[in-house]
Amino acid sequence: MIRSINKALLDQCTGGAQNKDERMPITTENDISVARDAAMRMAQECKFTLADSTSMATAVSELARNILHYAMEGTIVLSRVSESGRNGIKVTAVDSGPGIENIDEILSGGYTSKTGMGLGLLGTKRLMDQFQVDSTAGNGTKVTAIKYGR
Amino acid sequence: MKSHNPQLGYALEENRVPVVRLKNCLIVSIQGTLHDRQALQLQQDILAETKHDRSAGLILDISAVPILDSYLTRVLNNIAREAQLMGTRSAIVGMRPAIAIALVTMGLEFGANIETALNLDAALELMARSDSDEQREIDS
Repeated sequence: MIRSINKALLDQCTGGAQNKDERMPITTENDISVARDAAMRMAQECKFTLADSTSMATAVSELARNILHYAMEGTIVLSRVSESGRNGIKVTAVDSGPGIENIDEILSGGYTSKTGMGLGLLGTKRLMDQFQVDSTAGNGTKVTAIKYGR
Repeated sequence: MKSHNPQLGYALEENRVPVVRLKNCLIVSIQGTLHDRQALQLQQDILAETKHDRSAGLILDISAVPILDSYLTRVLNNIAREAQLMGTRSAIVGMRPAIAIALVTMGLEFGANIETALNLDAALELMARSDSDEQREIDS
């Protein structure tokens, strides 16, 4: 009995039947809250510590805000991943906005825009375990980041 | 909030964060995560309130805030900076440990003009103490 419950819990995190991606359109300010809450919920379902759950949700909040601020609309996808026995959550933030020209400068910490928005992307990188940005000017931005539980 | 749409104004009014005056302190208890517009409304409300009457301190209680991202951190920083220009000191109280970890990891900071306290009690004490210090300086 207990074993089967454990199995169900494990499936939830590692790719069992319940493993569903959460895909959320970001077009309004409220969508930021929705994405943030979904990230918090998923992190807790995956047994992340409170600190890691908070970091995960903060990162999603930053990515969603960047979408809304720079591209006006885009999508956030949350999915459960597992690598060498570790459970994690992958967040993918996609938009077809103006793209980021000076991505290296932003991620090296040498740049913050007047509104301090550059800090959001750099902060996200620091909060997550893996982080990748694909962006070309005029062709939108795709940010992929993973955080693993302890 | 500048709005010519009365319905929008009403909706904003509904979700306003109250700014409470207790003795000579302004106390703002933020519940949950603020929407961007709520945050800007709060910024204006606090500024208007500091103008009314002399306030020894502004206490921002964030013990019920689960997440602080760079935007909200910036808004809180701006509120404190504005309050300082109006002659009011600010303190942030009740930050959850998980938020402190995330802020430090991200490299976000609160300005030197914001004090911190563990809880509301400690912040009130801090404000009362510094207010009487100030009074003594004026008297002497």
